[in-house]
Amino acid sequence: MAQAVAAPLRRGFLTTLRQDRWWVEPALVFVSLSLFFGWLTVSIIMDFGPMGHYEVEGTHLLTPVFEPTWLSMINADWEGAWYLSPGFIVLIGPVPFRATCYYYRRAYYRSYFLSPPACAVGDVGPTYKGESTFPLIMQNLHRYVMYVAVVFVPLLWIGAIRSMYVPGEGWGFGIGSALLLVNAFLLMMYTFSCHSLRHFVGGGLNCFSCSAFTRARKRVWDYVSIWNENHRFWAWSSLLVIVTVDVYIRLVANGHITDPNTWSHF
Amino acid sequence: MSETAKMRVFRGDAESGDWQDYEVETEEGQVVLDVIHTIQATEAPDLAVRWNCKAGKCGSCSAEINGEPRLMCMTRMNLYEPGEQITVAPMKTWPLIRDLVTDVSFNYEVAKTIPTFKPRAPEADGTYRMMQEDIERGQEFRKCIECFLCQNVCHVIRDHPENKPDFAGPRFFVRLAELEMHPLDTEDRLELARQDAGVGYCNITKCCTEVCPEEIHITDNAIIPLKERVADRYFDPIRWLGSKLFGRG
Repeated sequence: MAQAVAAPLRRGFLTTLRQDRWWVEPALVFVSLSLFFGWLTVSIIMDFGPMGHYEVEGTHLLTPVFEPTWLSMINADWEGAWYLSPGFIVLIGPVPFRATCYYYRRAYYRSYFLSPPACAVGDVGPTYKGESTFPLIMQNLHRYVMYVAVVFVPLLWIGAIRSMYVPGEGWGFGIGSALLLVNAFLLMMYTFSCHSLRHFVGGGLNCFSCSAFTRARKRVWDYVSIWNENHRFWAWSSLLVIVTVDVYIRLVANGHITDPNTWSHF
Repeated sequence: MSETAKMRVFRGDAESGDWQDYEVETEEGQVVLDVIHTIQATEAPDLAVRWNCKAGKCGSCSAEINGEPRLMCMTRMNLYEPGEQITVAPMKTWPLIRDLVTDVSFNYEVAKTIPTFKPRAPEADGTYRMMQEDIERGQEFRKCIECFLCQNVCHVIRDHPENKPDFAGPRFFVRLAELEMHPLDTEDRLELARQDAGVGYCNITKCCTEVCPEEIHITDNAIIPLKERVADRYFDPIRWLGSKLFGRG
């Protein structure tokens, strides 16, 4: 039967003619991001309670959220004056990197800002200026946090390899180390598939063929472009795995479970 | 084997309008535009619809089918369940002329504001030479058929028409990116991209990419690179400092 007059022309929040379940994706993203980042928020300050230990005693099996533990050194120097959780280290690189990431922007603009919640579904708010004004114009800083995030890639690999060495017992291998290696790989791929990195390595050039240097940059750009096509996959898989590894190592470190490994004693 | 399609088509203009239901016999392999033509031929000869090539190349028959921006000629009827009601509405972002026909002249006006290709001086033999690797990014952008589905779905102007004077839209970011990346071009359009075209309005929710019938990676290959070039110029304190100290950025 006939509906309201001129329905296709009507605007407003959630107004749409779509008949599919367009709300499923933003709802899933909302729940998943809330769970993962909610846990990580708790984790970076949680060095107390039944899950408080973040490193397995006597080993280098350390949750990647606290890698590297540079802030512990600051705490040691300034003992008694003030305290920073070593987990705060993620606030200088990995967290702002994800917060300003082009993929995560798409995800949270849709799921949290509802701007718009889905394609051809009315967005929220009477006015819209996007990233042209403060505060969202600050998203242009993505390239700077990318530079910092790149530093974390070798640090995570070093942490993963170091976890395979137990002082006094030598080299070995366990599920915890395997998870740390997977985590380092996924985080590397997430970082190396970044849109800003893609621009940095060669995307800003107009002439790839002009010199040996620009041809070399073109080859790097080609690789980053391939990885960039799956940036969403790397974003989600690295997030899922870092949370999984963090929970796993805390369970081991706090004596709730045992890590199957070649040393077979924790 | 023929089936009966339940079509609900918008009929009217900007002042008044209503949905009109039609039951149409369809044949295997037909697209939505075929069914609209059948309605024209049998029940509603005055039904206004813009179309031309019927091959997904002219970009004329853009519409919203079950609320999703699509080309009618590239939307096969078997996408929908037998007996499912299929709504066909005009594009929402443009002023409605009548039925399924909208006034897309906004896009032609924006196109006029973009400085055209301005090549450097030719080489000594009077020719230009370009390597394939330097122009293949632009070749993706040249696939655009100007159906304006990306412009239509972009919430910056779809939900906020007041932004139209300040926002060029995804199709023209593709055009700007194509020209900016061209190895021979000498024109500088970054200030235009930032200020008048309003690339900063885009919050990269990728709807333009999702609806593009030519599968151009509008967001990843045009808009984000354009945003990064604008960031190079206007949001890079290191380059800014360099320009102050050494007179170049």
